Amino acid sequence: MRKILGISALLLVVCVVTAALSNSFLSAYNLENLIRRTALFGIISIGVAFVIVTGGIDLSVGSVVCLVGCGVPWLLTTHGWPVPLALMMAVVASVGIGLFHGLLITRLRLPPFVVTLCGLLLYRGITRGFTRDQTVGFGAEFKGLRLLSTGEIPIPFVSGFSIPAPWIFLLGVAIASAVFLNRTVYGRHLLALGSNEQAARFSGINTGRMTMLAYVISSSLAGLGGLLFVLDVNSAQPVDFGNFYELYAIAAAVLGGCSLRGGEGTIVGVIVGAALMQVLRNMITLVTTHNNIEFAIIGAVILSGVVADELVRRRLRRA
Amino acid sequence: MTSPLLQAIGLTKSYPGVHALKGVGLTLQRGEVLAVIGENGAGKSTLMKILAGVQTPDTGSIEVDGRLVELPSVVEAQGMGIALIHQELNLADNLDVAANIFLGRERVRNGLIDTRRHLAEAKVHLDSIGLDVDPATPVGLLSLGQQQLVEIAKALSVDARVLIFDEPTSSLSSGEAANLFRVIRELRSRGVGIVYISHRLGEVKELADRVVVLRDGENAGELQRSEIEHGVMVRMMVGRDLSQFYAHVPQSPGPVRLEVEGLRTAAHPEHAVSFRVHAGEIVGVAGLVGAGRTEMLEALFGVTPAVGGSVRVGGVASRPASPEEAIAAGLALVPEDRKRQGVILQMAVRENVSLAALRRDSRRGFVDRAREEGLAAAMISKLGIKTPSDRQVVQFLSGGNQQKVVLGKWLALKPQVLLLDEPTRGIDVGAKHEIYRLMEELAKEGVAILFASSELEEILGLADRVLVMHEGRITGELSREAMTEEAVLHLATDTVEAG
Repeated sequence: MRKILGISALLLVVCVVTAALSNSFLSAYNLENLIRRTALFGIISIGVAFVIVTGGIDLSVGSVVCLVGCGVPWLLTTHGWPVPLALMMAVVASVGIGLFHGLLITRLRLPPFVVTLCGLLLYRGITRGFTRDQTVGFGAEFKGLRLLSTGEIPIPFVSGFSIPAPWIFLLGVAIASAVFLNRTVYGRHLLALGSNEQAARFSGINTGRMTMLAYVISSSLAGLGGLLFVLDVNSAQPVDFGNFYELYAIAAAVLGGCSLRGGEGTIVGVIVGAALMQVLRNMITLVTTHNNIEFAIIGAVILSGVVADELVRRRLRRA
Repeated sequence: MTSPLLQAIGLTKSYPGVHALKGVGLTLQRGEVLAVIGENGAGKSTLMKILAGVQTPDTGSIEVDGRLVELPSVVEAQGMGIALIHQELNLADNLDVAANIFLGRERVRNGLIDTRRHLAEAKVHLDSIGLDVDPATPVGLLSLGQQQLVEIAKALSVDARVLIFDEPTSSLSSGEAANLFRVIRELRSRGVGIVYISHRLGEVKELADRVVVLRDGENAGELQRSEIEHGVMVRMMVGRDLSQFYAHVPQSPGPVRLEVEGLRTAAHPEHAVSFRVHAGEIVGVAGLVGAGRTEMLEALFGVTPAVGGSVRVGGVASRPASPEEAIAAGLALVPEDRKRQGVILQMAVRENVSLAALRRDSRRGFVDRAREEGLAAAMISKLGIKTPSDRQVVQFLSGGNQQKVVLGKWLALKPQVLLLDEPTRGIDVGAKHEIYRLMEELAKEGVAILFASSELEEILGLADRVLVMHEGRITGELSREAMTEEAVLHLATDTVEAG
């Protein structure tokens, strides 16, 4: 709870500062865009948070975004697949990837870092292979499908501002995830195994199955994210689509209070974390003249957040 | 009269909300084994940490050879010749013995570590305490007892004159413990002062020249060699009389609950074990460390599935391949390593107690919070778990209360057979007594209890029967009438067959 308050306060500060420095920050267009990006990144961040809660890590998120984000338009336009079939394929690929990671991690006991690092290389390489590194996109077609991401839901009695469609997806994913994690037996089992895998196993929890589930959730939400991302931007280049997204997702989860040691994390925190990441990026674009220091600023802010958190924690422990 | 080797006067130390020490004093002479005993929370660990320079006292003074000293850090304390042998050993498993002994103060030649000199010097130190291992052996390959001796050799290599032992035998077999005692006596005869902390009053009686008793952060008394006696020590520690420490009332055994036939564990596949436990019976499993007790219990519980044999629980055949299956069959295990296998330290009492029963008590996959709360409340009152609320994080409970949480988790499932592995390790006298009482109560309710313990006293006091193991086999079984320390040790060391 304290962590969420802290990160929310930081988000507010960054918003206020950006609004003060830039006139366009509070414009409807910018805010809508910001909310859309937050929703998209929020979805993949929640996925990765499930893995982090078990004490694992998923570095393949960005490449899964790339695989699905490039694969779906490729199937639809280059190969003319019907929409349901292409979407089905995306689901099979994302779930399959999660199962594949989970099996390697639980059965062969390989470290999650290594397994998903290889995944990061694999899925991007595969995507660049089958697309022959060519940009894929929808052009002027599939307007209906693209509404899933580009659509806007008007707010009654408010004109000039509407809710971007991905926000609805985020809301659905977030509510389902929060209920799952906090109210169901399986969510409790997941938290227990993240805190102490041995004790969880000794208590009769099928820790292998729960770990697999976490990786499946992560890659599935990465797949959903990839689809929504490409529907939003219309075209994707396999060489860099989704690049570094795993790091944005992990950073959002950690900022939002997930401990990389496992067993700790809240969905609300992850969303606030994702929002903070996006507002920071937005601030850099609006306020500074050079985008190329984006990473440096994001790195510095995250680092100071984590350091502040640790210092506060120590102060509390001593008090 | 010469001044004492080590003297502490009026030490106090407070942590937020706790007065750990309220003016404790202690005197140690050369060539003396001084035992420090007391319940958990009595202040033993704090006192030892202060003497070893791990922590600094709020007030009070420490003198070495009659000179006032400050011990702001471990390095300073070691410089004064004071070394602490930790309860959990501080050795690097992957480094060899010699490298561990010289860790942090490596001998260097031409800028490189002088390995040859390390090995030679290490050998001298090892020989001096009679540890016959090659100094080039990786520490991870040594037994716990041997590792402890390496720690001692390490302390001696810095010319330690005061050695502080914190529960040194808690994970040693009786053979290893006997060897440790031999080394301690040898050190004593060389004039080294030994401070010895232990919960095991038997070994205190055997080893100590003098006993200092702490209670609630204060000196509760001192006993000279001739006065050291079990009942007296217990009385001084708890401040009251525990006249019936073991009040075992044998139940008339009911039907067979656990039937093990030719069970072979992955650790000792060449030996098959067979035995039965009846409802209401308490059966002890004795043996030295490495005898295969934990392996047997873990095979029964499906942690490391057995490789052969049959297990019947309540007449139903079931050889569990996972704890999940074992629990479904009606088994429960209070594991050896409470903090790593028993409780989830970061979770609340309520969540720990409900963990195993959570799925049974759920409604369509959702946690039934009312039932969970009810269960936690029931277990807290039934087991007498001392906690401010069921929301308290288990980490902040004492060892004894943590163990009760583990018990509560299993009692929620009403198991037919309760397996316990070292159920009272590292918990204080009062809490031990309560665990014994609970085991008795469960037996009375018809649970079949099988418990492994390294504390012979506990087995003799509590068990209806004892199975004695040696290197993966059951070398014998003794009824309550035939159970004596000698008979058990005989079987545990398998001297019948060997001699």
